[in-house]
Amino acid sequence: MTDTAGVAGQESRSTDFSDDEVIIGLEIHCQLDTRTKLFCGCSTDYRDDRPNSHVCPVCLGLPGSLPRVNKKAIEFALRVGKALNCTVPDESEFARKNYFYPDLNKGFQITQYDKPLAVKGYLDIEGEEGEKRIRITRVHVEEDPGRLVHKGGADRAKYTLVDYNRAGIPLIEIVTEPDLRSPKEARRFLNKLRATLEYLGVFDSEKEGSLRVDANISIQPKGWFGREGRGKGDRGRAEVKNISSYKGVEKALTFEVTRQKNALRRGQRLETETRHFVETRGITTSSRSKEMEQDYRYFPEPDLLPLRVCDLAAGIVLPELPDARRARFLSEYGCSPIHARTLTGDLRLAEFYEQVAGSDPIPAATWVADTLLGELNYRDMTVSRVSPVWFRDLILLVKEGSVTDKGGVEVLRSLLDQLRESGSCETPDQCVRRLGLKVLERTGGAGEEQDPVTKASREAVAEHPQAVADFHAGRKEAFNFLVGQVMKKTRGRAKPADVNQILLGILGEED
Amino acid sequence: MATISFSQKDGHNAFIPTLSEADTGPGALSGIPLAGQDNISTRGLPTTCGSRILEGYVPPYDAHVVTLLKKAGAAIVGKTNMDEFGMGTTTENSAFGPTKNPADPSRVPGGSSGGSAAAVASGMVRMALGTDTGGSIRCPAAFCGIVGHKPTYGRVSRYGLIAYANSLEQIGPMARSVSDISLLMEVLSGYDPRDSTSINCPYSHIPDPEIRGLKIGVPEEYFGEGVDAKVASVVWDGITLLERKGAEVITCRIPSMVYALAAYYVTCTSEASSNLARFDGVRYGPPADPKLPWHDAFQQQRRHGFGIEVKRRIMLGTFALSSGYYGKYYAKAQAARQQVRNDFLRLFRTFDVIAGPTMPTVAFRLGEKTDPLSMYLSDILTVPANLAGIPAISVPCGTSDGLPVGLQIMGPHFKDERVIDVAYAFEQGVSR
Ligand SMILES: [Zn+2]
Repeated sequence: MTDTAGVAGQESRSTDFSDDEVIIGLEIHCQLDTRTKLFCGCSTDYRDDRPNSHVCPVCLGLPGSLPRVNKKAIEFALRVGKALNCTVPDESEFARKNYFYPDLNKGFQITQYDKPLAVKGYLDIEGEEGEKRIRITRVHVEEDPGRLVHKGGADRAKYTLVDYNRAGIPLIEIVTEPDLRSPKEARRFLNKLRATLEYLGVFDSEKEGSLRVDANISIQPKGWFGREGRGKGDRGRAEVKNISSYKGVEKALTFEVTRQKNALRRGQRLETETRHFVETRGITTSSRSKEMEQDYRYFPEPDLLPLRVCDLAAGIVLPELPDARRARFLSEYGCSPIHARTLTGDLRLAEFYEQVAGSDPIPAATWVADTLLGELNYRDMTVSRVSPVWFRDLILLVKEGSVTDKGGVEVLRSLLDQLRESGSCETPDQCVRRLGLKVLERTGGAGEEQDPVTKASREAVAEHPQAVADFHAGRKEAFNFLVGQVMKKTRGRAKPADVNQILLGILGEED
Repeated sequence: MATISFSQKDGHNAFIPTLSEADTGPGALSGIPLAGQDNISTRGLPTTCGSRILEGYVPPYDAHVVTLLKKAGAAIVGKTNMDEFGMGTTTENSAFGPTKNPADPSRVPGGSSGGSAAAVASGMVRMALGTDTGGSIRCPAAFCGIVGHKPTYGRVSRYGLIAYANSLEQIGPMARSVSDISLLMEVLSGYDPRDSTSINCPYSHIPDPEIRGLKIGVPEEYFGEGVDAKVASVVWDGITLLERKGAEVITCRIPSMVYALAAYYVTCTSEASSNLARFDGVRYGPPADPKLPWHDAFQQQRRHGFGIEVKRRIMLGTFALSSGYYGKYYAKAQAARQQVRNDFLRLFRTFDVIAGPTMPTVAFRLGEKTDPLSMYLSDILTVPANLAGIPAISVPCGTSDGLPVGLQIMGPHFKDERVIDVAYAFEQGVSR
């Protein structure tokens, strides 16, 4: 296996590739966040428990056991179908996908085949050139298989263990039309999809292994896609299987674009093939194993009745979805378009923001969307770790002027570090005092000479005669330099207005 | 809890495991020794479907019907022999050796529930469970001279029945008298939420022999080519007896019969090929060789674990479902199945029940049927009821050359009571 495998042959004719376009379609598998499994009553909360402790005759596939459909899982999937603007057919049906694999408890997976739960929808995303509609082919429900465990790693383990705790967890598969035109668009689509699923309350992206993506990618002459009889001139495509992270999707696709472009430039013909994404190396490799090309012998699952769920679907009332919330953030809070998009792109962030927005929502938006998010990303933390209560207090301290903006950031960093290390943190007030970041209140009148800002200003003026001279020569930046010196001496705790006023006073005296 | 002792000699290889003592309790079946079948899960008792591939498998749970039997106080004294996974018409396809017919030990008891039929016919137990996918209760009942009923599809829960062909099979009662069939039906039927194909239609009925004015349809196809003339004549005598008791007998036709056997075998082998995929040696049964790559280990396991007939049907079903052939076989079989169902629905607008022979011949000699196709052909009269999902009973109606012959009575969906009444009327008429 090499990263250039899958190149089928040489083409003598050289072509101009400047007009090519990248064509991407995605198949996304998400675990639905139900309390019990898809076909039995076992709990889905298995991640911290012993292997094979959340199993029963049904999800172990013991002989004689029969599946029964978890209505909640169907309802969750219908929410997704509706949110993706799909049609729900009168009748849908479960089918068996037959193949052998040690993690597959019954020798087949119960999934949906030619009669999926929901079809023909769309999701609007922010594309490379403005708002873009990505068509959804279908949404269907299926069961997750078990999981193979290799103690000490796949290369070193002498045997394979099988854990069926995951077997029977409900999955939805969402298939897009090949409407995405760049790895970045694919990433944006996934982000939007994730936000939508979380808003619907059917998906928890923070659970390990809750999302897996297969991506179809090819590079074709512009306009090839959508052309009549486009089978002709197809340059072949790669199906990259089993990408398990959001970042991974963009990485894998970016790698594929480069690999395919290089091959085409060298005049090679690309073969349609299945490839694997090697997350650790950021590359894809050809996988020509037979198991990938097998015939799944689908047929209707005889142990389950067809689903007639139009009424159930009609009764579902969708919650506010990301686009609606973004519009509300613009109108209700006056957020900037960029802030509104960032804040509503993640359910937890949006809810966090609404809890801290208070009476001053615009600076709060900056604090959450820019400062907090940046500091969280830097620490690889999520917003769910942060208490809106203390964050609101922190914003308030800054707003009241007890701490400067800069001091506020310093407090935030300290509190996040504490959270990351010990899981708890001080109050912002305690932190401000401990770090001595409280803004220096100017003492006027008789005590003026004792006032620390005044003292610092006098020192700055005394220590930098050249700057003073430049100031008097009319050079503005000299004044800014002196302000900086005062800030440095007061460790940022002086109010800028105070510093300006005091410095101007002192410089005026010297005239 | 009380126990009964069970020390009958099993001269016909009817049982796989037996218990010398079995629990019993109060209830409708209190103290009655009853045989389970080797494909119906029983907690703590080996359940192997007559197959080597499940050797040593002891289910950790009871099938729904077993729970119901225990609740009714029945004493389950053992598990009966059967064709491996229910695939056969003679009970010769068992890893535990063939069962012999108590009516003539040189003959097969029929199948696949031959062990249950032999256990009842020989008097070892008063009643037994059987499973009927294409005639597996009715055929051995006919061959051994007892009563066997295949309930309407959905009337008895399949939870815990190790699947052969899910869309066709039902668990049903086998006994020496129609009253006992009725008694056992009362216990077995009813809704089970664990089986999505289960239907809420409990059976609570005392057989009534009054059949005056009943319209009986007799399909020409049930007396056509391949049906032994002596068997046909015995069955006609039986139908005439019903006529004498006041029923009206009219001949009719089931045109879709020509497709029935093919539709049946395509459907059951397709479903079986998928159902039996789970026997890979990972979770139960003899363990697969851990030194081999999994693919090879699975192959070895299945090559040695399954018998020849099971492998044949897995291959047939795998082929029928494969891409490019699905439309030609599986999809067509479902269309044919719908035609069979439609034919019965049409007939039941005119007739109350349909009657004919259960089997085209009497019991075969052991080892007589070596050609699979001729064996499959002998299912022709029983598979239509499975394809249509309707209730069908086989009741003894005399002998041909000293061997038992069965009269089959089929009724509309959920009219199990009606076919049991007609069988009861017949039984009463014969004994008088
Ligand atoms: Zn379970």
